[in-house]
Amino acid sequence: MNLTLKIWRQPDPVSEGALATYQVEDISEDMSFLEMLDVLNERLNSEGEEPIAFDSDCREGICGMCGLMINGDAHGPLRTTTCQLHMRTFKDGETITIEPWRSTAFPVLKDLCVDRRAFDRIIQQGGYVSVNTGAAPDAHAMPVPKAQADRAFDTATCIGCGACVASCPNGSASLFLGAKITHLGELPQGQAERDTRVVKMVAQHDHEGFGGCTNIGECAAACPKEIPLDVISQLNKDLRTAVRHGY
Amino acid sequence: MTKPKILDSDFWGRNDAAEYFDLGDGIADEKAPPGPLDKKWETREFEARIANPANRRRLSIIVVGTGLAGASAAATLGEAGYVVKSFCYQDSPRRAHSIAAQGGINAAKNYKGDGDSVFRLFYDTIKGGDYRSRESNVYRLAEVSRNIIDQCVAQGVPFAREYGGLLDNRSFGGVQVSRTFYARGQTGQQLLLGAYQALERQVAAGTVKTYSRHEMLELIVVDGRARGIIVRDLVSGEIETYFADVVVLASGGYGNVFFLSTNAMGSNVTASWRAHRKGAYMANPCFTQIHPTCIPVTGTHQSKLTLMSESLRNDGRIWVPKDAADADKDPREIPEEDRDYYLERIYPAFGNLVPRDIASRQAKNVCDEGRGVGPEVDGVRRGVYLDFADAMERLGRKAIEEKYGNLFDMYAQITGEDPYQVPMRIYPAVHYVMGGLWVDYDLQSTIPGLFVTGEANFSDHGANRLGASALMQGLADGYFVLSNTIRDYLADGPFEKIDEDHPAVVEAQQSVQSRVDRFLSVNGTRSVDSYHRELGNIMWEYCGMERTEDGLKKAIDLIRGLRDDFWRNVRVLGTAESLNQSLERAGRVADFLELGELMCIDALHRRESCGGHFRAESQTEDGEALRDDDHYAYVAAWEWKGLDVGEKPVLHKEDLVYENIELKQRSYK
Amino acid sequence: MRHAGTLTFVASQTELAKPLVEQVRSTRSTIALKIGMAASGLIFVLFVLLHMYGNLKAFGGEHAFNTYAHHLRTFGEPMLPYGGLLWIVRAVLIVSLVVHVATAATLWKRARRARRVRYAVKKNTGATWASLLMRWGGVTLLLFIIWHLLNFTIGKINVTGGPTDNPYRLLVDTFDTWWLTLIYLVAMAMLGAHLHHGVWSACQTLGLTSNARARRRAKAFGLVLALVITIGFSLVPIFTVFGVISY
Ligand SMILES: Cc1cc2nc3c(=O)[nH]c(=O)nc-3n(C[C@H](O)[C@H](O)[C@H](O)COP(=O)(O)OP(=O)(O)OC[C@H]3O[C@@H](n4cnc5c(N)ncnc54)[C@H](O)[C@@H]3O)c2cc1C
Ligand code: HEM
Ligand code: HEM
Ligand code: SF4
Ligand code: F3S
Ligand code: FES
Repeated sequence: MNLTLKIWRQPDPVSEGALATYQVEDISEDMSFLEMLDVLNERLNSEGEEPIAFDSDCREGICGMCGLMINGDAHGPLRTTTCQLHMRTFKDGETITIEPWRSTAFPVLKDLCVDRRAFDRIIQQGGYVSVNTGAAPDAHAMPVPKAQADRAFDTATCIGCGACVASCPNGSASLFLGAKITHLGELPQGQAERDTRVVKMVAQHDHEGFGGCTNIGECAAACPKEIPLDVISQLNKDLRTAVRHGY
Repeated sequence: MTKPKILDSDFWGRNDAAEYFDLGDGIADEKAPPGPLDKKWETREFEARIANPANRRRLSIIVVGTGLAGASAAATLGEAGYVVKSFCYQDSPRRAHSIAAQGGINAAKNYKGDGDSVFRLFYDTIKGGDYRSRESNVYRLAEVSRNIIDQCVAQGVPFAREYGGLLDNRSFGGVQVSRTFYARGQTGQQLLLGAYQALERQVAAGTVKTYSRHEMLELIVVDGRARGIIVRDLVSGEIETYFADVVVLASGGYGNVFFLSTNAMGSNVTASWRAHRKGAYMANPCFTQIHPTCIPVTGTHQSKLTLMSESLRNDGRIWVPKDAADADKDPREIPEEDRDYYLERIYPAFGNLVPRDIASRQAKNVCDEGRGVGPEVDGVRRGVYLDFADAMERLGRKAIEEKYGNLFDMYAQITGEDPYQVPMRIYPAVHYVMGGLWVDYDLQSTIPGLFVTGEANFSDHGANRLGASALMQGLADGYFVLSNTIRDYLADGPFEKIDEDHPAVVEAQQSVQSRVDRFLSVNGTRSVDSYHRELGNIMWEYCGMERTEDGLKKAIDLIRGLRDDFWRNVRVLGTAESLNQSLERAGRVADFLELGELMCIDALHRRESCGGHFRAESQTEDGEALRDDDHYAYVAAWEWKGLDVGEKPVLHKEDLVYENIELKQRSYK
Repeated sequence: MRHAGTLTFVASQTELAKPLVEQVRSTRSTIALKIGMAASGLIFVLFVLLHMYGNLKAFGGEHAFNTYAHHLRTFGEPMLPYGGLLWIVRAVLIVSLVVHVATAATLWKRARRARRVRYAVKKNTGATWASLLMRWGGVTLLLFIIWHLLNFTIGKINVTGGPTDNPYRLLVDTFDTWWLTLIYLVAMAMLGAHLHHGVWSACQTLGLTSNARARRRAKAFGLVLALVITIGFSLVPIFTVFGVISY
């Protein structure tokens, strides 16, 4: 199939960018979206134009490295990662606009690549259980009811891709934040630091310049791992509890 | 034992590859203490000296890689109070390739009471590795496997649990006990996030500093010791120098030398290869694992392959049409009598459940015969059917959905076909490398002060890795082994401070800079990817599932030619002073072009079949890998000598001594 | 086109990094702001429900309505002075209004900062229209309330030139004026939309919807409440227009 692509090109973090238009031909519908960009890049390289920079690593939907705004949908029209989106989702002759995640907390580095280290810093503020290596009791010392273990797992599957931020009209990272809070909050191991964790992580979230959540729900609709809005409620509840406990 | 089928009567032991390498002195591990197997680690832990806690703040460590091996090591060393710097090429440590592991992690917990033990795990691993790994290392791995699970659970890793609230286990990879801990199909992800969180905790505590989007491009060796690395900030393009008292490489495997593999796009050999060129020996580089159940290639655009859990072979039946003319027929319309269930036919006892290497090789054979299915890529159909029709009839669609639902969905998403209706198509793909930098019991390479962990080292898996044991090894190395062995080395530190203008440093910086400049100045006509793809084809064809004398020699010539062409004709656009992904890839591919040759030489010199290394000339009547323990029960550790005419790699043999296990031939009929 | 950051020169990634925040307080977070907004919003909801009940007295005729208005002011006498309860209510409302508007403004500002560069194409797939209308809807409500108070309480403006000291007559005169009725009905539609999202949103903000079932219920509750209030308020103007309420 043949497509018209409008792709954001920006040479570096401080220069201005703009959408550039490219035509691609003979795209197979079995290609993944990123392979389609590979084909375009191969051509640009042969024509002497610098290839388009975009991030990806695992290309199987688990590392969270890829992420493009495709025709106004984070990761494209399907609920999956950009690397798992295939060209059969598009129609011959279609025009596709491709932009980087737009968030002040995720500055654009080049073309479609953004800096998501803000997420790492949020995790630094308590997104863990403080246990030193070697200090752990036997794994069976603390049973965890299956329902809780399952919920912890469901929320722990967040891949940190940032689609929630990219799609949220407020640029909020609440879904990401809520996923980690819920994961650790469900487990007995996570209880000791529960109050301080939520307060510190939310403080860093705000400090990074993410917006506040007003429960719009775009994030959960875009999340490739189907993290539900429940986690934001859980996040709010944990914060409210921390307020009550005087943190 | 079945009768050996050797095409050439004195094939074993003869060395036709001599023109490609020189034989050096033997090499041995000197760190594993003598004494009974089960006391070795305890003894070593006790004997390893301890750096004074007050002193640790003056001792610095560089860790390259944030996968299971690297993140766990950096976190643990940070907790111990050393000054740690951690590097990865992705935008966050959390994205290391370990995240993609699906199946699970082994541990000899014996929670099921089914007779598992440290010794059994040790035994299975040695046997699974086709008797090409070191007893001392593997035993230690089995021992600490239990602590890993405790540690991960304490970190909040959400392993699967039973209704009673206790941890669930499954059996995996054809072993008789249930010792695999798992978190649905995302075990690697959950373990890595646990390690990543522990790492970020240390970052907040100030003991670890992370450098993401930084790629190590050179090792600094001063006075015979590894003392630092040169990296490129992948965003600004700046070449930066970092010093430390010790360098740890946990940079993962090099399966991407095949271009198409289940590895992440960025997985590379650069960190290891640069260290190799600086004096670290590369061990058993040709030992590659090819996984039988991957989604086949659909066209020349393909950038990577996707693994599907091996568990599918429990219920799916593998077949191809008997007649090549049926290849593009609708499989449902091919009558039973025209199908060849070749694994069931050749291996009546194990059928579709034969080990990975065998299932893979047979799939290649039928496709080479022209009986493959699916789209034609480069003139060959590379795919076989994995059919669930029988299972669906027997168990019902619902049961299949429950067991394999997520895999079926993934398959449907990638291929656009509904596997409930049409049989799946699968094909083998490169998945893991057992080879890597040579290390001793302390995980120290042949360069003092350079430690290597995880998939980047060669230890533990011999010639074939069992399922669910790479995760175990990465975490064992990082959480429990390295911190204990490295302290012995650091007890002599801190080492003398190094100046930026030390000749060794300047040389390293210049070599990085000139390589970068060279990539950008060739300005030829071909893209980096096109070279990578071509190298991959050569490797897959001649150094893949089945290797032959002639094929390997041909491959070496082809690779040399390709490498020459690369340096004369590659085109890398953009600048050095910015984010430049073609430039990043150019460096990686340049190193693969050198590694590929060594892999072929290693494969050529090892005139036996073992595990993932299958020499067509050395097989049993049944087509089984046939080992030659008299000549090849050793680790091949290669020393770099250069690439110019007359410069050949030097082989150092480390003899493998089995004191606790008897060597046997594998059989699956 | 504006660019993504305030940076002028990037030598290395370190310059893009933000430090970890050190002084953290739960009460300073965006979530605390949201809790303030939810609490004040819910106070409004209570007030409007009561107010609606009062308004419906208009169907009882001039006497019933005016007695009620009078009662409001004498309620609690002699413990409270004349109009005491009303002043307590007013005080609570004023505080709530300040909180509600201030937090709304802060969050709005944050959200704008969180995404300085807009998308060329952006779709909304998970959001309801009501959730996207909240801010401009809120502004409309604020303007409405100002007019409404001028109309009935502070200014007692009777556009028909009729009496202003008779609440019932003021009301009937007001809605006998078509364009005033129209303003009121538009405002009530806005209020309905605001509550449709606002009620469930407040539940989520207070952490009451941490599972799919609770979320569905909160959404249904929001919708019902919005309908009840919108329709309840609209009855008086509509029936005045049709002459059912008259003098
Ligand atoms: C699809 C798939 C499924 C698997 N499933 C299982 C399983 O179920 N069970 C199991 O036990 N094993 C499994 N494996 C194998 C296992 O996942 C890997 O062997 C293991 O995770 C490797 O871990 P590592 O820490 O050594 O390296 P990796 O996780 O590969 O990490 C490498 C790190 O090094 C960094 N790096 C590399 N080069 C450089 C450089 N030059 N400069 C700076 N940084 C660099 C990278 O950024 C990364 O952080 C699977 C593998 C694959 C591909
Ligand atoms: C059609 C709908 C409405 C009608 C007919 C109506 C009518 C009135 C009347 C008659 C009064 C004067 C009562 C008195 O002083 O005794 C009043 C006061 C008031 N109304 Fe409304 N109202 C309506 C909707 C609303 C809405 C939607 C709001 C809030 C969002 C609101 C907020 C107020 C407030 C704050 C006062 C002042 C109370 C006080 O402090 O005295 N009204 N309204
Ligand atoms: C005075 C004018 C008002 C303004 C400017 C205003 C503005 C807002 C804004 C901006 C929000 C946040 C929602 C978002 O950002 O998407 C909000 C939420 C809300 N508002 Fe209002 N509003 C006003 C009046 C009211 C009234 C009269 C009511 C009730 C009758 C009300 C009830 C609510 C509720 C319940 C919420 C939800 C709180 C939450 O999300 O947690 N508001 N309002
Ligand atoms: S919550 Fe979902 S969308 Fe957000 S980072 Fe995690 S996986 Fe991505
Ligand atoms: S879209 Fe944004 S407003 Fe909240 S519910 Fe999701 S973070
Ligand atoms: S590249 Fe890893 S999730 Fe897409």
